[in-house]
Amino acid sequence: MAERTLMTGNEAVALAAYHAGVVFASAYPGTPSTEILESFSRFDGVYAEWAPNEKVALEAAIGACLGGVRALAAMKHVGLNVAADPWFTAPYIGVSRGLVVISADDPEMHSSQNEQDNRYYAKAAKVPMLEPADSQESYDLTREAFLISERFDTPVLLRMTTRVCHSRSLVEAREPEKPEPIPYEKNAAKRVMIPGHARLRHPVMVERLAEMEEFSNDFTYQRAERGVGDSVVVTSGVAYQYVKEAYSGVSILKLAMTNPLPRELISGFCEQFKDIYVVEELEPFLEEGIAALGLWPRGKQSVPRVGELNVDNVRAAFPELAKEHSALSHITRPDGLPARPPILCAGCPHRGIMYALARQKAIIAGDIGCYTLSVLPPLEAHDCQVCMGASITMGHGLEKALELAAGESEEEGASSHRVVSVLGDSTFFHSGVTGLMEMAYNRGRYTVVILDNRTTAMTGFQDHPGTGVTLQKDPTTSVDIEMLVRSLGIENVRVVDPWDIEECRRVLSEEMNRDAPSVVISTRSCVLRDKTSWRAAYAVEQEACNDCGLCMGLACPALVKRGEEITILTDACVGCGMCAQVCRRDAIKQG
Amino acid sequence: MAADRGNINLPDEKATRSIVLAGVGGQGTVTAANLLANALVSHGYDVKTSEVHGMAQRGGSVISMVRFGSAVASPLVPAGGAEALVSAELLETLRNVEFLSPDGRIIASRTRVDPLPVLQGAVQYPSDAEERILELVPGSVIVDAVEIATKAGDARAANTVLVGILSPVLPMGEKEWLEVIDKLVPAKALDANKKAFLEGRKLG
Repeated sequence: MAERTLMTGNEAVALAAYHAGVVFASAYPGTPSTEILESFSRFDGVYAEWAPNEKVALEAAIGACLGGVRALAAMKHVGLNVAADPWFTAPYIGVSRGLVVISADDPEMHSSQNEQDNRYYAKAAKVPMLEPADSQESYDLTREAFLISERFDTPVLLRMTTRVCHSRSLVEAREPEKPEPIPYEKNAAKRVMIPGHARLRHPVMVERLAEMEEFSNDFTYQRAERGVGDSVVVTSGVAYQYVKEAYSGVSILKLAMTNPLPRELISGFCEQFKDIYVVEELEPFLEEGIAALGLWPRGKQSVPRVGELNVDNVRAAFPELAKEHSALSHITRPDGLPARPPILCAGCPHRGIMYALARQKAIIAGDIGCYTLSVLPPLEAHDCQVCMGASITMGHGLEKALELAAGESEEEGASSHRVVSVLGDSTFFHSGVTGLMEMAYNRGRYTVVILDNRTTAMTGFQDHPGTGVTLQKDPTTSVDIEMLVRSLGIENVRVVDPWDIEECRRVLSEEMNRDAPSVVISTRSCVLRDKTSWRAAYAVEQEACNDCGLCMGLACPALVKRGEEITILTDACVGCGMCAQVCRRDAIKQG
Repeated sequence: MAADRGNINLPDEKATRSIVLAGVGGQGTVTAANLLANALVSHGYDVKTSEVHGMAQRGGSVISMVRFGSAVASPLVPAGGAEALVSAELLETLRNVEFLSPDGRIIASRTRVDPLPVLQGAVQYPSDAEERILELVPGSVIVDAVEIATKAGDARAANTVLVGILSPVLPMGEKEWLEVIDKLVPAKALDANKKAFLEGRKLG
């Protein structure tokens, strides 16, 4: 037997891409997709990069593919929103060597702001889509995706989900391919999408869709499993695993290629059964397609449309299909256990500036990163947050609206200077820079705080255009944030050390009261990333402490209050000294 | 046509077995699950594991699931589906008892990591956590895994102690386990982890 190795879905995709001869891969990190590029970058002879954002990653991959090599772009589900612009036109121009886009969706929102179902992106763009159900399929379908891409002259979407990306299962690899690069040839009519050209390309895509549906009907990885009884369950992705376990023995049509939907295959198989069920995560994507065939399956009326599926909720959806109708008996979890919310680490540089900001009269437009955790008590330093980069632009609208509203009512309304936008360095490079141009160009008068911790911390310390190091750990140029901001025409730029709370407070107060746009750059490396900044731990002198609890407002995991007494956990303290700064009795001293 | 290839979906003859590992970010729960999973693979089982990445590094709860058998379907363990709960922290042990079958067993470290609401003095850590665990699952094995690991040479090998305690109910022999530890653990922590595993195994 060939060797089988335990690996995550993400590792399997990376290995398959390498075995498919992919030499160019680009991504912006995002849970649960991040490890695809990290794994891929370790193979010999490949080029892998962190792009500033997903749109850039996909466009670079399109370019690489036109340059004649197999290319890959990976992103989390919301990343495809950012990349949606190239996504919809890339199928018009087609490919040279294969191009595969990976969307890692996050049902249950383990680490995301929404749980959109990206299968609709494949349908909307007329792009073929494959949905793996475990690591072996992640490997196999990635290999197939490149063949499909080249056969039909189109990008392919590989749609993963958290439980496929981050679950480990056994993978048997196949013989690697070594596709020859295709020499570059100019073909402007196919690759320059002026209206006259695009009008000729769209009908080609429609025709191609019919050919791809034929292919989908016969695709080897579509599995019809005949079981017992007169019911059939149509399913795809990881939901297949839950169906197999919850409805052990039932007939299953498990689809690996879900766009174009293999309508003939579905009709042919399902018509042999009395009852048709559809079990899929999130939206009724398959169900709608099957209902359109006049087959009227049972689906989302019982299967949850929100959150992840599992064996328990799949069994509960259609108990008539389950051999054992009720869930397993189990021990009941005791009530009232303390929650364990994620928190900013001890010494986290975000803490000082967010603490200072929370004490200003500010409406805080926040963004996506570790610092978003400051929305939780006791800091409560976020008012709104939507997506990557939106802090600056939402802040712009907010400030204008408050000004307009105050002007109309002619009352002492909320001053425009109360709006502060907050975002991290990686998020700023991702999609904050254009927002800052909006602020400068359209004469915003609010304050933007850039939390520069020199890494992409939330997803596990990836490098970015400001760190001076590439994904493959080679030295490179580094964006000077202050010079960039000044070059946009913003004159008021201040740099603060977020461990100095008083400095943060003073600078924020000055900039927020200025009748001009301003940017505060809060610079200090992530404490987990740079342990050279750690200093001796602090301790509370109990005689001097009156247990006022001011220091507890920092929400530092090294500070603990037992009964009335406050102490510092020496092992957890990294010596940032922020607690000593907020203490009014000088009761906290460095040991 | 791809359909009707004659695949028969029949219930597995041998049921899938499941183990849940729990802890707090930074305790090495995922590493322990990986050790367990690779040991099971080396013995010839089909294995699936599942975990959630993301915010664990920021002090959140971590759960890893390991399932094995002749052919494993779901990577997730249903409530009541686990034969053992291996936990590096007392509160996380209580939080995850739901995964345990009524005749399952608990192997836990007598380790307390206070979550923020407890640090803040807003709520109490269940001081009787150990008694409650024993009440819910009589016969639970609760040890000072960090202390045992420290004596073995590395406090961070606490989870390896717990896997050692679990190990006698699994079919892998001592040699197989040590080979997998050899393969997975970095050189500088290798001796401590082997020792930690064997200390745990004595208690299992």
